[in-house]
Amino acid sequence: MARASIPTKAAPRRRSFNSDRLWSLVVLLPSAVLLAIFVYGFILRSGYLSLTDWGNDPAQALSLTPVIKFTGLSNYSNLFGGLLDSRFRQDLVSTLFFTAFFIVACLGLGLGLAMLLDRNPKGEGLWRTIFLFPMSLSFIVTGTIWRWMLQPAGGVNALFGLDPDRHAWLTSNASIWRFDWNKLPLITAVVVALVLLGVASRARQSGNRTQMWVAIACAALLVLWAFTLGNSVKMTPVPEYHGFNLAFIGIIIAAVWQMSGYTMALYLAGLRGIPDELREAARVDGANEWGIYRHVIFPLLAPITLSAMIILGHISLKIFDLVYAMTSLNNLNTEVPALLMYITAFQGNQFAKGAAIGMVLLILVAAVIVPYLASQFRRSDRS
Amino acid sequence: MKKALLIAAALAVTGTAAAAGKLEIFSWWSGDEGPALDALVKLYKQKYPSVNLVNATVAGGAGTNAKAVLKTRMLGGDPPDSFQVHAGQELIGTWVVANRMEDLTSLYKSEGWMSKFPKDLIPLLSSKGGIWSVPVNVHRSNVMWYVPANLKKWGVTPPKTIDELLKTCATLKAKGVAAPISVGDSSFPQPHMWESIALGTLGTQGWADLFSGKLKFTDPRAVKVWTNFGKVMDCTNKDSSGLTWQQATDRVAKGQSAFNIMGDWAAGYMATTLKLKPGTGFGWAPAPGTAGTFLFLSDSFGLPKGAKDRTEALNWLRLLGSKQGQDTFNPLKGSIAARTDSDLSKYNAYSQSAAKDWRSNKIAGSLIHGVVANETFTSGFGGIVAQFVQNRDANAAAQATQALATQAGIGK
Repeated sequence: MARASIPTKAAPRRRSFNSDRLWSLVVLLPSAVLLAIFVYGFILRSGYLSLTDWGNDPAQALSLTPVIKFTGLSNYSNLFGGLLDSRFRQDLVSTLFFTAFFIVACLGLGLGLAMLLDRNPKGEGLWRTIFLFPMSLSFIVTGTIWRWMLQPAGGVNALFGLDPDRHAWLTSNASIWRFDWNKLPLITAVVVALVLLGVASRARQSGNRTQMWVAIACAALLVLWAFTLGNSVKMTPVPEYHGFNLAFIGIIIAAVWQMSGYTMALYLAGLRGIPDELREAARVDGANEWGIYRHVIFPLLAPITLSAMIILGHISLKIFDLVYAMTSLNNLNTEVPALLMYITAFQGNQFAKGAAIGMVLLILVAAVIVPYLASQFRRSDRS
Repeated sequence: MKKALLIAAALAVTGTAAAAGKLEIFSWWSGDEGPALDALVKLYKQKYPSVNLVNATVAGGAGTNAKAVLKTRMLGGDPPDSFQVHAGQELIGTWVVANRMEDLTSLYKSEGWMSKFPKDLIPLLSSKGGIWSVPVNVHRSNVMWYVPANLKKWGVTPPKTIDELLKTCATLKAKGVAAPISVGDSSFPQPHMWESIALGTLGTQGWADLFSGKLKFTDPRAVKVWTNFGKVMDCTNKDSSGLTWQQATDRVAKGQSAFNIMGDWAAGYMATTLKLKPGTGFGWAPAPGTAGTFLFLSDSFGLPKGAKDRTEALNWLRLLGSKQGQDTFNPLKGSIAARTDSDLSKYNAYSQSAAKDWRSNKIAGSLIHGVVANETFTSGFGGIVAQFVQNRDANAAAQATQALATQAGIGK
């Protein structure tokens, strides 16, 4: 037996040197090296630059041999609490609102269209193409089309005879749901506490009593902190109000027009993947049409919803070109952090601050992507 | 054909060694402005036929894209031989302080330009004892446009001061003109209007003091600029943030608004695109309170240190500053010559009137077009104006502007 095990053990070792493996290594190496330098290396460099003062002094900004000093987290503390950077904070709030509306609208519309198409209407292939078609355009093209359509005194307003003052799709100066930025610690604490309570109720359902109590205790502690110490934390020297700018409605419409076809395709694939036996079994058990959706189909579509949310979420957090095409630069009503990053770095020459904005965006996108990737890896390990 | 290719190849190889040189010029002039640049390029080729001129144009957005490309090239150690930049602090605060430009004082002296440009102009192009760029053209920023026939119909005259402007605005509103003044979005039309209001409020000296640090942005006089600007904004169209400057001009031409404050490129737009006749189809006056002052901006070219073809670049600059060069370029571009001896017969009615003012008025530099403040300030200032338009808080805007000025080193 011992002797017989030698060749079986040696075989994989020899295989690691065979030409196939060598080729795959050779073929992969260039892109691995390029990725290492131009993606991860530059991320590290941006991360380092965001901790410096490059560009604060105009004399050093574009010098051939700039003197760059390490200043720690000062760029970040300015972004979140400095007098001059309320613009960034508004952009951050805007992008979160935009993301929420964009994802909800895309999922809703996509699911609705998919459910309609799932009923096999006449000319289904044609409809599918029509709904999916906007995705083939680039955001720049979409933005240009919609800028023209949503013009105050033209486009849809002229077509339907709407009053341009009341239907200011992209030009509204109004903002709703405003809150004081200084209340951010409190709001964050309450949101996290609510999530913890959700965890606690789940733990109760699964009978994990310690987990439940720990979660409840953490939530209580957070809320306690928020209403005592947290309440006295002042982020900015003066009260500062940010809200959802109504001018984003136009941008959301354009973005949803572009991407809802994509969620429709995802959901349609999911719906087609559900075997008819399941629906028939549910019908035999006495479920009505709505009950089938509620208890059979929607739960099965949950993983699709999750992946669609991830894809849409990271697109909306880093969105640049659509907004650039629709409302151009320096339009505070519809600005997003990616545009501000471009303006800060390439118009204002404040490279370190631009890098800091970039890092904040990276962290936001990572917060969406990383848990998803982790769960994917775990799943593929299991299988 | 083959022979020609061989010769071309040989020329390319020996290009640097032989007299046949190379020159790369970098600009954002394309589209409407392309023909003016082409005319200059043609003139250069006539004078220096052996030089291979590479016209590196990066189109779009009033130079936004070109400036970003230029920065990456300069940081990468590959400067073009000569590049377009707004004259004044946009160049000085960005490239001169970084020690990346060559001093052109000797060129000014050898070409006799010191007496050919207006006296007020040279200090605005200089710092640290050097003159840093050659202005090709001059545009005026503080112009108010209107349609004479419409004003007659409404029974008003172009206001001369800001108070008069506000009074006229009230009159027009009473007559049913919802937005007597039209303005475009905050990318530049709104800050552009701000600088005319500021000049009209503070006067020429006050405006200069603001950027030399003698007058603080938080001074009550400077806060008044914001108050005035807010009052003027109350007279403007509600959809401003969705309009380009051309669309804001259209409102005046169509009679939806009475006045629009914009640079004098609007004259080109109205004459060429809208086919209105200067003087009768459309009229102009200095922005309220700014009569006697020419708020200018200028496209200029400089010489970066380390330019590969320095001699050819100097010849290019010589051509740009010459009378022939300026009179070739400007009538096509719709601007006027920076020199005071240009041949006015080549220009249209509006340009002739602007050129007369250029020679006689006091000269002040535009803020949003880069003459009096560096890029850090102008880019941040756009945000402050946009914020003010939202919240109308004059004190907050004044404080933010002062903080920005300190950060950008204004008045140091």
